[in-house]
Amino acid sequence: MSVNALYDYKFEPKDKVENFHGMQLLYVYWPNHLLFCAPFAVLVQPDMTFGAFVEDILKPAIAAHPDAARANFLGAEWQLNDEPFTPDANASLKDNGIDHKSMLTVTTPGLNGMANAGY
Amino acid sequence: MAVKNKKLNLKDKYQYLTRDMAWEPSYQKKEDIYPDEQFEGIKITDWSQWEDPFRLTMDAYWKYQAEKEKKLYAIFDAFAQNNGHQNISDARYVNALKLFLSGVSPLEHAAFQGYSKVGRQFSGAGARVACQMQAIDELRHSQTQQHAMSHYNKHFNGLHDAPYMHDRVWFLSVPKSFFDDARTAGPFEFLTAISFSFEYVLTNLLFVPFMSGAAYNGDMATVTFGFSAQSDEARHMTLGLEVIKFILEQHEDNVPIVQRWIDKWFWRGFRLLSLVSMMMDYMLPNKVMSWAEAWEVYYEQNGGALFKDLERYGIRPPKYQDVANDAKHHLSHQLWTTFYQYSQATNFHTWIPKQEEMDWMSEKYPETFDKYYRPRYEYLAKEAAAGRRFYNNTLPQLCQVCQVPTLFTEMGAPTKLSHRQLVHEGERYHFCSEACCDIFKDEPEKYVQAWLPVHQIYQGNCEGGDVETVVQKYYHINIGEDNFEYLGSPDHKHWLSIKGKSSDEKVESAKQDAA
Repeated sequence: MSVNALYDYKFEPKDKVENFHGMQLLYVYWPNHLLFCAPFAVLVQPDMTFGAFVEDILKPAIAAHPDAARANFLGAEWQLNDEPFTPDANASLKDNGIDHKSMLTVTTPGLNGMANAGY
Repeated sequence: MAVKNKKLNLKDKYQYLTRDMAWEPSYQKKEDIYPDEQFEGIKITDWSQWEDPFRLTMDAYWKYQAEKEKKLYAIFDAFAQNNGHQNISDARYVNALKLFLSGVSPLEHAAFQGYSKVGRQFSGAGARVACQMQAIDELRHSQTQQHAMSHYNKHFNGLHDAPYMHDRVWFLSVPKSFFDDARTAGPFEFLTAISFSFEYVLTNLLFVPFMSGAAYNGDMATVTFGFSAQSDEARHMTLGLEVIKFILEQHEDNVPIVQRWIDKWFWRGFRLLSLVSMMMDYMLPNKVMSWAEAWEVYYEQNGGALFKDLERYGIRPPKYQDVANDAKHHLSHQLWTTFYQYSQATNFHTWIPKQEEMDWMSEKYPETFDKYYRPRYEYLAKEAAAGRRFYNNTLPQLCQVCQVPTLFTEMGAPTKLSHRQLVHEGERYHFCSEACCDIFKDEPEKYVQAWLPVHQIYQGNCEGGDVETVVQKYYHINIGEDNFEYLGSPDHKHWLSIKGKSSDEKVESAKQDAA
């Protein structure tokens, strides 16, 4: 459907990639670790490698969780925008097919958060 | 001939001052005078069917409101002169006022603008008068709330710049965008959104807990505001019901349009009220009732009866009410742990509930609190005691529609986030729920423009790239005074000195309480 308006109602999306000065948005969800209340929203360089993203962005973001030290993200199960995904750690985010406002979901088998409550 | 009875009776007065102010235009076409009345597709065949349950005239209205104001301000004065803030239950309570003043009072002002606008747009005089009075009520509420709470601003932090913060601070975009959405709709949708879905169906969930909460916690200024607003609220609720019945009775083609608005605005209101859920369960030191109990009484029972009543018009209950009903067991806990971890960017403090508060929650939430949420606080208390009070240093994903972080869980799966996403015209969008995703799909042109605080920070539009600069410069939150943990905060220390306690011993005992 589309909006019912008094005139031709058309506006630019507020979050187009060109508004981010060469960077892009990426969301990361680590299921069963609700210490972090929602998926993270991070700003990344499209040409940074996937490995660098894990080291420099993901690991610091989740460091406060007791499971963080044991998490092997490069050996984990990944989804990109809800589809199964096998990242190439040495390729850039862009070459991994990760575009602006994509969402990564990473499941770390054996690490199910705290208190048996996905926390 | 001499007029015998110069004094008009109320009914005549009402007739002269409202209905007789309307006339059939002869120089201009009616649709040119009321250009917004048609485009939503709502068909009105006979405006004279509009009932005015209160039959209030403007002069009676002014007199009545002036009387209430006089009493109200006398009590505010007495409250201030007697240092009423010293008699509240605990200074943690003031944080509920900070949330209210920055989250709700500006909405009263937005409602004033909204009703002023739509009050111009109806060709029926009865609806115009009702909207005009409600517009003035809303302006009055916005002002009196600010006056009721201004005394606290002299003694506590975080209350100094509420309207400014309302336009900027990340979580305040939730209430702000709610009202912006309503105000940018047509006049009939606005009334369905605010008068019906919010004022009639959901407002008790805001005002009853809030005003009873003020009473339970010794805040006489805010309680008195509540009493002063009560008769207005009753009028607003009656308008809400009148609006919906009038629209539905006018034409059967109106039914599917109104149903879609009810589905949308029930859900948007429910998401907005998630802020109230945490206020009720966590921010009131003396608790009134739990969010789950309030939801059962004010939505499941009252709302259930209402939608039963509306069945004869072909209206069914809101599409996602089952999700909302199920969420009553989780909502406040999910919200509070979210604000706890992002307290560095709020104008109020957060804390770990005390032992007896957690026991109260176990009792009120027997199926969920001990299983899912008590362990969170036990962990957070341990961390805080070890000097590692938890803050989440990475910004969260926000829902494109309600703008709340995508923190909510699936119905029946309380450890799984109910995230949704879609691609619209080549752009990706993310949502907290199926319901918000549905709202987007209906009117994507509206929500692609959403001013999402997290994305705005990343675009560099909030005076800085790091959270500290944004919080201080762009939000006007004074770092170390307004934000962070309650224990050990200037507010906490100030409260202990009012109560004649040293801060060290109290922090220690509070830590033990929490652990």
